Amino acid sequence: MTNYRIQGATGEWEVVIGLEVHAQVTSQSKLFSGASTTFGAEPNAQVSLVDAAMPGMLPVPNRECIRQAVRTGMAIDAEINAWSRFDRKNYFYADLPQGYQISQLYHPIVGEGQLLIEADEKAGIPEDKIIGIERIHVEQDAGKLMHDQHPTMSYVDLNRCGVALMEIVSKPDMRSPAEAGAYVRKLRAILRYVGSCDGNMEEGSMRADVNVSVRRPGEEFGTRTETKNVNSVRFVMQVIEYEANRQVDVIESGGRIVQETRLFDPGTGTTRTMRSKEDAHDYRYFPDPDLLPLVLEEGFLADCRASLPELPDAKRRRYVEVLGLTPYNARELTAEVETFARFETLLAETAKVIGKGEAAVATQVANWSLSVAPGVMKALGDEADPANATAAAQASILAMQDKGEISGGQAKEIFEIVLKTGRDPAEIADAEGLKQVSDTGAIEAAVDAIIAANADKVEQYRGGKEALFGFFVGQTMKAMQGKANPGVVNQLLKDKLG
Amino acid sequence: MTDLTQFGVKDIRDGVRDGSFTAREVAESFNAVVADAAALNAFIVTTPDHAIAAADKVDAARAAGETLGAMAGVPIGMKDLFATHGVQTTAASHILEGFIPRYESTVSQKLWDAGAGMLGKLNLDQFAMGSSNETSHFGNVASPWRKSGSNQPMSPGGSSGGSSSAVAARIAPAATGTDTGGSIRQPAAFTGICGIKPTYGRCSRWGIVAFASSLDQAGSMARSVEDCAIMLGAMSGFDPKDSTSLQMDVPDWEGALNADLRGKKVGIPREYRMEGTDQAILDSWEQGKAWLRDAGAEIVDVSLPHTKYALPAYYIVAPAEASSNLARYDGVRYGLRDLPDGSGLQDMYASTRAAGFGDEVKRRILIGTYVLSAGFYDAYYTQAQKVRALVARDFERAFQECDVILAPTTPTASFPLGENVDDPLAMYLNDVFAVPASLAGLPAMSVPATINAGLPLGLQLVGRPFDEQGVLNAGLAIQQRAGFKAVPEKWW
Repeated sequence: MTNYRIQGATGEWEVVIGLEVHAQVTSQSKLFSGASTTFGAEPNAQVSLVDAAMPGMLPVPNRECIRQAVRTGMAIDAEINAWSRFDRKNYFYADLPQGYQISQLYHPIVGEGQLLIEADEKAGIPEDKIIGIERIHVEQDAGKLMHDQHPTMSYVDLNRCGVALMEIVSKPDMRSPAEAGAYVRKLRAILRYVGSCDGNMEEGSMRADVNVSVRRPGEEFGTRTETKNVNSVRFVMQVIEYEANRQVDVIESGGRIVQETRLFDPGTGTTRTMRSKEDAHDYRYFPDPDLLPLVLEEGFLADCRASLPELPDAKRRRYVEVLGLTPYNARELTAEVETFARFETLLAETAKVIGKGEAAVATQVANWSLSVAPGVMKALGDEADPANATAAAQASILAMQDKGEISGGQAKEIFEIVLKTGRDPAEIADAEGLKQVSDTGAIEAAVDAIIAANADKVEQYRGGKEALFGFFVGQTMKAMQGKANPGVVNQLLKDKLG
Repeated sequence: MTDLTQFGVKDIRDGVRDGSFTAREVAESFNAVVADAAALNAFIVTTPDHAIAAADKVDAARAAGETLGAMAGVPIGMKDLFATHGVQTTAASHILEGFIPRYESTVSQKLWDAGAGMLGKLNLDQFAMGSSNETSHFGNVASPWRKSGSNQPMSPGGSSGGSSSAVAARIAPAATGTDTGGSIRQPAAFTGICGIKPTYGRCSRWGIVAFASSLDQAGSMARSVEDCAIMLGAMSGFDPKDSTSLQMDVPDWEGALNADLRGKKVGIPREYRMEGTDQAILDSWEQGKAWLRDAGAEIVDVSLPHTKYALPAYYIVAPAEASSNLARYDGVRYGLRDLPDGSGLQDMYASTRAAGFGDEVKRRILIGTYVLSAGFYDAYYTQAQKVRALVARDFERAFQECDVILAPTTPTASFPLGENVDDPLAMYLNDVFAVPASLAGLPAMSVPATINAGLPLGLQLVGRPFDEQGVLNAGLAIQQRAGFKAVPEKWW
């Protein structure tokens, strides 16, 4: 249980949060028309007769959008409704040519599901927590109005109009900004794993309506407000922080929270009233008579299920249980699609090159992927050409390291040159002399010389001053110009010093 | 030379095929009588060039020895609810006045593909809302018929009143109609022609200005059952652009026409004996039974117990859908825009819609908005949907006992223009016999039975889902026995 509380003048308050996330479905064409969905086209370049609501035009459901919603539902362990229906939500606005949005109020395509947010002490989430998901329904996005193009007129861009959205409605199960942030991040990861939404919050592919209320711990839910269209994880957390404190202030100063829709101002981090419940639209929902009920057949559902990739929780478990990674590494590697994809490619390549099983090299590859390689890249900055960081090149470096041919430091140096030039790592190691000496004879000679030259220290060491071992290692490495295999050096020193 | 305007669809098609006359001669003849019939006000715009171009194409195809389509050489009237490429499409409203689509409705395209041409866009009740063709922004349509001993202009019925008037006046061999709650059958009955509304989904709704999506169906209106069958065949078929379109092959209705009804049962719904029905209508119904019995059918009584709830349910469902379907006429993208000085978006909506919609359209938008409102939805809309299901079940049960149902099309004959305009409820009652089949999505047809006091009366046939053939065959049996040959005397 989170211990997040608002400390009011009259005592502690608990925050109750529910999120409605709108996620744009990844598909070539819109939900009910053949128009393209590509981001960034010229205004009104992607508008079909259906999107513009010309007289007599009819919607035809896009199977791919339906498929993506079903796969998403399956990914959150939700009930899939084999029978669902589209409803019309009626209201007038210039960005909504039909005068209604086709949505699903009464019979959504996806029913109850759930999502796990992981314990994160630092963030204030002491243990794993299941967040319930109420439903996912599919609906049309609206167009865009531009009010700054003309002194007295507004411009309408219908490119986005009719694009498919999934509205993913959580239960009021979150109790802190951190939990809400973790929920959005996890949901985004799942959507991106499944490939049903690109999760690009800056481009508006994902945005959240944030429902917040406060109550005395353990009491009934308070009245909630809904803050619309919040488009980053940080803003979601800010909205909650601000709203919760505002509500506590209102209640403690004798006021009452009114159910209302609010807008977030990212500039000030505050929210303000958009419309109250009294001004709320009567949307006059009713089943869209242009569309038949959506009936999903067994075969379609089976195909959807079969097409699901390994999902974040399962992957994380496998990384720990099968690959032997630390929970921290497993979580870091599975957070983003790009991260695990790069890791798994490199892991397979490295195992192949070294000739061992993946589990045997996983920790080495994980450390390389999470800290060594990003460190080198970051240090190089613009000098690095990321395209040179091929799996083959990195696997070759890791293999040399695994065989003891190069040290960790040499691996970094070689990788640096690879990033700058794209040269072959083995060739670099040879040409640049970036190899460590494992030849016992050469190292043994150096060790003997150092023991002979430091008889006093040998005496002290043998007398019990074990800390001096590092001195001998350092001296040997220095003598070998840093190129001696540390394992061999250690072994020889231990043997000789007794 | 023979007056080619005396021919219907089949005769024109056959005559053009066998070279008795050219399609161009047919088109020119009809263009001429259309131009001469302005007094009927049946057309909103005429398109003589379209008819000629289509005819020339047919003549050229014939000369080249190509196979001709099912409607080759037949110039038709197109209800102005169908979007026609490059030709103004208004739904008889001010709000769409001047709107020229850059697309062609599926049904009209199919007709052009079958070799038909267009004489013009036919007048109708505004947005197909009306039963007398008195709600058009472009003026009333007059029926070519007049009551014995009267010069009063009579209603051609509605909403497909331009269609019925034109076909009855012999200025078009056939016309398209649409039927939401009787808009093909009632005007056909009023004007002594045939009109069929097929099973919901037979004809694509793509490109037809929507009134009530779950009820709207296109159909054919012509002088004979055969002509209706031919034209409906050309209009029907699955359309991937309409999700409610039937994914079924279109039978050869014309080829399978058969007036021999031996072994068939004709149901007579007892609930259709309603107060307020004219004696002449009841008499013609009796006559209809006799004709069908004569054709070999067995007449059986059936019950459709929820009939009396059908009309009220219809006047909830249809306006509800209309209130939403007509939201797109907002002055933003096409059609009328009324933008008073200094006004904002909301003012523009209000002003545009106030100026662009007629009274009947506004009435239905208000009714529809009301029945869908929070707090009223369950009492009206949900309840009406339940009634609709019960009406459909009534038919299902009745069709366990019979193959086709015979009933009057309307409770009265045509009435003078102006008689019912101030009494919407009386006007709505016109469709009391037509609406149940619409709610159930069933194929239904009106065929002329007789003339009473100078005005035609129609009989209605309702069939099982997808059984247009059964409806057409029973219609043919009536047509053969009724021998309806009356033609209105030209006064226009």
